[in-house]
Amino acid sequence: MKILVCISNVPDTTSKINFTDGDTKFDTNGVQFVINPNDEFGLTRAMWFKEKQGATVHIATVGDASVEPTMRKALAIGADEGIRIDAVPTDGYFVATQLAEVIKKGAYDLVIAGRESIDYNGGMVPGILAAMLGMNFVNTCISLEVEGSTATAVREIDGGKEKVSTSLPLIIGGQKGLVEESDLKIPNMRGIMMARKKALNVVPASDSNPLTKDQTFEKPAAKGPVKLVDAGNVAELVSLLHNEAKVI
Amino acid sequence: MDPKAFSAPDYYLLDDVLSSEHIMVRDAARSWVNKAIIPIIDEHAQNATFPKQVIGGLAEIGAFGPMIPENYGGAGLDYISYGLLMQEIERGDSGIRSTASVQSSLVMYPIYAYGTEAQKKHFLPKLASGEYMGAFGLTEPNHGSNPGGMETKFKDQGDHYLLNGAKMWISNAPFADVAVVWAKDENGRIHGLLVERGMEGFTTPETHNKWSLRASATGELHFDNVKIPKKNLLPGKNGLSAPLHCLDSARYGISWGAIGAAMDCYDTALRYAKERMQFGKPIAAFQLQQKKLAEMVTEITKAQLLAHRLGQLKNKGKASSAMISMAKRNNVAMALQVARESRQILGAMGISGEFSIMRHMMNLESVVTYEGTHDIHLLITGADITGIPAFK
Ligand SMILES: Cc1cc2nc3c(=O)[nH]c(=O)nc-3n(C[C@H](O)[C@H](O)[C@H](O)COP(=O)(O)OP(=O)(O)OC[C@H]3O[C@@H](n4cnc5c(N)ncnc54)[C@H](O)[C@@H]3O)c2cc1C
Ligand SMILES: Cc1cc2nc3c(=O)[nH]c(=O)nc-3n(C[C@H](O)[C@H](O)[C@H](O)COP(=O)(O)OP(=O)(O)OC[C@H]3O[C@@H](n4cnc5c(N)ncnc54)[C@H](O)[C@@H]3O)c2cc1C
Repeated sequence: MKILVCISNVPDTTSKINFTDGDTKFDTNGVQFVINPNDEFGLTRAMWFKEKQGATVHIATVGDASVEPTMRKALAIGADEGIRIDAVPTDGYFVATQLAEVIKKGAYDLVIAGRESIDYNGGMVPGILAAMLGMNFVNTCISLEVEGSTATAVREIDGGKEKVSTSLPLIIGGQKGLVEESDLKIPNMRGIMMARKKALNVVPASDSNPLTKDQTFEKPAAKGPVKLVDAGNVAELVSLLHNEAKVI
Repeated sequence: MDPKAFSAPDYYLLDDVLSSEHIMVRDAARSWVNKAIIPIIDEHAQNATFPKQVIGGLAEIGAFGPMIPENYGGAGLDYISYGLLMQEIERGDSGIRSTASVQSSLVMYPIYAYGTEAQKKHFLPKLASGEYMGAFGLTEPNHGSNPGGMETKFKDQGDHYLLNGAKMWISNAPFADVAVVWAKDENGRIHGLLVERGMEGFTTPETHNKWSLRASATGELHFDNVKIPKKNLLPGKNGLSAPLHCLDSARYGISWGAIGAAMDCYDTALRYAKERMQFGKPIAAFQLQQKKLAEMVTEITKAQLLAHRLGQLKNKGKASSAMISMAKRNNVAMALQVARESRQILGAMGISGEFSIMRHMMNLESVVTYEGTHDIHLLITGADITGIPAFK
């Protein structure tokens, strides 16, 4: 089985978010980038397929050279080979058209993307990819087994779970549940050294234009100060909720 | 305090001069320490037990012989990576770092540097995987700072050597599978011998009642007419410089490790000072507390610069023993000072096991003594700059 894990390079969740250029650009200054958490769950599941079923695992990222440390980390965790599509990702459509080229060329049996990336939360790339490539698609995937060319997947749905069977080639939008947080792998020293020797191929972007353009970004209003009300003083709490917060 | 909230001081933006691979090594080690050491270490230190369950994790992460080549089971990392690894492990606990240092620098290194091909093939992969744990026996009851005076000796008996004597204050001794033991031959020349658990006459009683490195097992090595097969002698180097050269590698790691302990104390004290209110203000608002914190971050920054430059020199093979002595001495004393000041910033909370500071402080009392005492390293610098050794 040949697997491609699509990895998006995203700011660590503890990063301070700021914008520059009149609120039109994300300020990467001092921001630490990591593997998108949904993609890390997918990568870890892919490692399981590698160890238990002999799968080959490639990773792909659309990004400029600055995404390479994140890709090297995925290689250190155990992916066999990386493909970087050399373009600054601008929207989900653009990213999907770029990844589609790589997927066509690589003839992958299974494409593991994340349900959404935690930076722009588009939640679009895997869906667009499936449509473009005519591949079977399971989104919000929380469990995946593959036997031969048959796949059994569990999806998270509103208030419950849905078990589906489908066949390869398949693309999933994965999330926590594929593996648990405790299964995530910390790269070890040997893995880091081996990653140095693994291929990280840079391919030029194919011709495609984003369909959207940023106008401005806006941060939520800063939280106001907190008022502490004595546990016994219900009357004051009610009065504050009624007169100040105006919620009751 | 939540280990994930830890923020390492990097006042001079040293991350900018690290490679992305170094940062990956550092971050991987930091994540592992948060997961595997910090949650369990206080209890082990309180109970004076070595957490054997971390051996597998130390091996898995690659803390045993990271700079030993891959064909012998190491990772083949450079010395800055090795230093960063030691820094992160010691942020967790000096005792766990000691176990990793001894295994890597004092057991794997001499076997790699002075051993036969057969010894390397047999021992190194097992030591890298944690299947074997090692100890390094140099110090004796009557000879600490002056190891050249050692009394442990061996005699050539034709088809084997006969080893007699005792070593004291030996890290990992109680559970070690193999010990690199330094002993004199009949001509008074120092050699390294590989003494294996199970050899008749070899015992390893544990040293109890320590107030320091409580989560590290320390013990003695007793040799009562132990028959050592001739193939267990390290042939590559003899004389006092053989063990001292191993110490260079370990001391180098300690100069980074101490920074880890200091960073943990400083970060804890800084966060605490900003949150703790007295006289209607956070205590961080008082000049006396700011002085402590400002001096700490200054000293940590200087130590980081020293360690980083030493790492570059070590990678180029240009770090002399005396240069390493300077960094070991300075950085450990710095960490001890930072731990003492941090402890005071936390007031009574500073003595509690809820926080790591007092544990670091007590641990560092061993670190400032072992691998050459604070005084001895100063004498090494003195001898180096004047050309006149003042040890005797
Ligand atoms: C308006 C806008 C402006 C942007 N500007 C920039 C910019 O200037 N610089 C910059 O670096 N990024 C920028 N991005 C982010 C980048 O475009 C995202 O990677 C892309 O938009 C997909 O994000 P998404 O949230 O739609 O992905 P989603 O559809 O939520 O992602 C789902 C999954 O798709 C895969 N995926 C997503 N992105 C990538 C990728 N790049 N490579 C490989 N797999 C991927 C991952 O598996 C991910 O889990 C911008 C995004 C938007 C929406
Ligand atoms: C927890 C722990 C673990 C250890 N692990 C190991 C191990 O794994 N392997 C190993 O071989 N050893 C180990 N040691 C031993 C350690 O290396 C020695 O304790 C150290 O070398 C000092 O020797 P000593 O204790 O005999 O002190 P001494 O040499 O007796 O020194 C006592 C004091 O006298 C000072 N002094 C000595 N000589 C001079 C001089 N010429 N001029 C001025 N002052 C001097 C010293 O600085 C010190 O302050 C360990 C020690 C500890 C505490």
